[in-house]
Amino acid sequence: MKMTKRTLLASAAAAALACIATAAQAQDALKIGLIATYSGPYADYGRQFDAGVALYLKEHGGKIAGRSVEIVKKDTGGPAPDASKRMAQELIVRDKVQILTGLDFSPNAYAVGAVATQAKVPTIVMNAASSAITTSSPYIARLSFTVQQVTDPMARWMLRQGIKEAYTVVADYASGQDAESAFKKAFAEGGGKVVGEVRTPMNNPDFSAYVQRIKDSKPQAVFFFFPSGVMPPAFLKVWKERGMEEAGIKLFATGEATDDSFLEATGDVALGLVTSHHYSYAHPSAKNQKFVKDFEAQYGKSIRPNYFAVTAYDAMAAIDQALARTQGDASGDKLMAALKGMAFESPRGPIEIDAATRDIVQTVYIRKVEKNRDGQLVNVEFDKFDRVKDPAKEAK
Amino acid sequence: MGIVIFDGVAYGMLLFLIGVGLSITMGLMNFVNLAHGTFAMVGGYAASVLMSRAGLGFFPALAAAFVAAALVGAVLEFLFYRRLYRAHPLDQVLLSIGIVFVSIAAFTWAFGPSMQPFTLPAVLQGQVSLAGLQVGRYRLFMIVAGALVLAALLLALGKTRYGAMVRAAVDNQRVAGGTGIHVQRLFFLTFTLGCGLAGLGGALSLGMLGLEPSFPLKYLVYFLIVVCVGGAGTITGPFVAALLVGIVDVAGKYYLPEAGAFLIYVFMIAMLLLRPHGIVPRKGLS
Repeated sequence: MKMTKRTLLASAAAAALACIATAAQAQDALKIGLIATYSGPYADYGRQFDAGVALYLKEHGGKIAGRSVEIVKKDTGGPAPDASKRMAQELIVRDKVQILTGLDFSPNAYAVGAVATQAKVPTIVMNAASSAITTSSPYIARLSFTVQQVTDPMARWMLRQGIKEAYTVVADYASGQDAESAFKKAFAEGGGKVVGEVRTPMNNPDFSAYVQRIKDSKPQAVFFFFPSGVMPPAFLKVWKERGMEEAGIKLFATGEATDDSFLEATGDVALGLVTSHHYSYAHPSAKNQKFVKDFEAQYGKSIRPNYFAVTAYDAMAAIDQALARTQGDASGDKLMAALKGMAFESPRGPIEIDAATRDIVQTVYIRKVEKNRDGQLVNVEFDKFDRVKDPAKEAK
Repeated sequence: MGIVIFDGVAYGMLLFLIGVGLSITMGLMNFVNLAHGTFAMVGGYAASVLMSRAGLGFFPALAAAFVAAALVGAVLEFLFYRRLYRAHPLDQVLLSIGIVFVSIAAFTWAFGPSMQPFTLPAVLQGQVSLAGLQVGRYRLFMIVAGALVLAALLLALGKTRYGAMVRAAVDNQRVAGGTGIHVQRLFFLTFTLGCGLAGLGGALSLGMLGLEPSFPLKYLVYFLIVVCVGGAGTITGPFVAALLVGIVDVAGKYYLPEAGAFLIYVFMIAMLLLRPHGIVPRKGLS
């Protein structure tokens, strides 16, 4: 094609216009760095984060505090503190993001926290549940939960049911150990006795030996903590096969065991299991029903929103409200000050950010797995503990 | 005590079912096939998808898992594996570990990263009383299945013409070729059989292990232990090794839960020191 003077001029003008447009956008857009897992066995986490973020943005016309939003995603591929740290540095230095978020695994959150402190970039934790993350940097606020926060109410609730003896089973990693110690502490304080405890390896194909051991020691009840995914169903299958229920041993867990995104795949072995957690897909509030409906409209019924998606949604809401308070100033100290003490309604129920610790304060629900009208397995909330703070920080 | 041994045997049978195919390919063809778990995963997914989406029963699904894994194995053998039979083991490792990663990514893309749903048929749920022991029906079924596969393989390799050719090729490929045995076709068939068995094992594992795309890497160590301790290229070696590994693992976790996780590695090291070529060493090696 021969290029005439006119087309040349026109294209030059178009290019110039495009330049101006992007420059203007760069000034306006709020840049948020999202560090999460998008590949490997935990790729679900990233998908849930994305869904929660996208839902909030869609609901608000793609804008946060009147500004368009640009999300820069980084994939850690699982627990990878070194990679997370490097990604946080890249996001701040090269992509010039104003806020960091995501962070599914605790080691990643600790690594990013160090960068956030140095660069004074506000960081909102969307999942990582290790208690000390918020103490590790003044620029971190958490909207998810801590392991202790959901474990402690379970122990207290069990005591209320007249259970005096319990056996603990946890996966042998940081969060499992946190759950074990939080449970033991709360259970002993209420007058209960932990009669046995076992830690299983993370990569454990067969639980028969552990379950048999529990069966032979005949405790009144068992509390277990496993990360969501393949471990809880494998454990529950053996539990059912051994006839533990018939042997009169009651089973309790935290909500990871009946994570909404894995509950259907877990199947009927989960029926009747009582767990404690901060979010259930079946939470009856109007806000949650709208959230679930919007989620289904967007992503279909094959995946459910779980606590990852809800926290991602809430993280966007918190950023939105904090920026409204600071009149759009996203600098570290101002934004953190605005986040402190913030309280709003989440799809999971009322939540607030503790002004002293920047950690979440929320209702922890006691739920039971039941079949709903459509024959789906859901966590039905039937009891609750209001305004639970992180007990590990309360103790100090 | 009895129940611990029973559980250990059942778990060992599962390891045997998945691992025996690897023993055949590794022993017969001297091919270090780290992608063995991929074929088990193919079988597992085939069974799980056919059951949940096509409504197939559990037992037909097991047969389908064997066929699916064998087919995938046949295609991959024809396209890739046969080019590297005479190559350096490092190249074989590179190819097969590459297949593992590709398969993980492909299965994540096709089926999502999360676990596959699976429900046991009613006949295999719960427990049954056996000689005074309350044993899981599914575990009992696994033991029966493992024993059947062992018997079938021993018969096929020991009594049939095909078996005689395989044994000849295991002992000396060049001489076997010289006597008119079509070694390449034999390899192709045997590789396919090994993959099919892996698929069957993968489908049987559905009731015990969770199936997700990272399956081939997650359990690779267990398959390798079974084959190394048992002796590659034999059937009874991996069988004995799998049972021992299963019993040691379950008993260790039952009696010494603090140390349970690494007892099988101690066991492996001890066995390899005692019998470096495996429990049942291949002819001509020891």
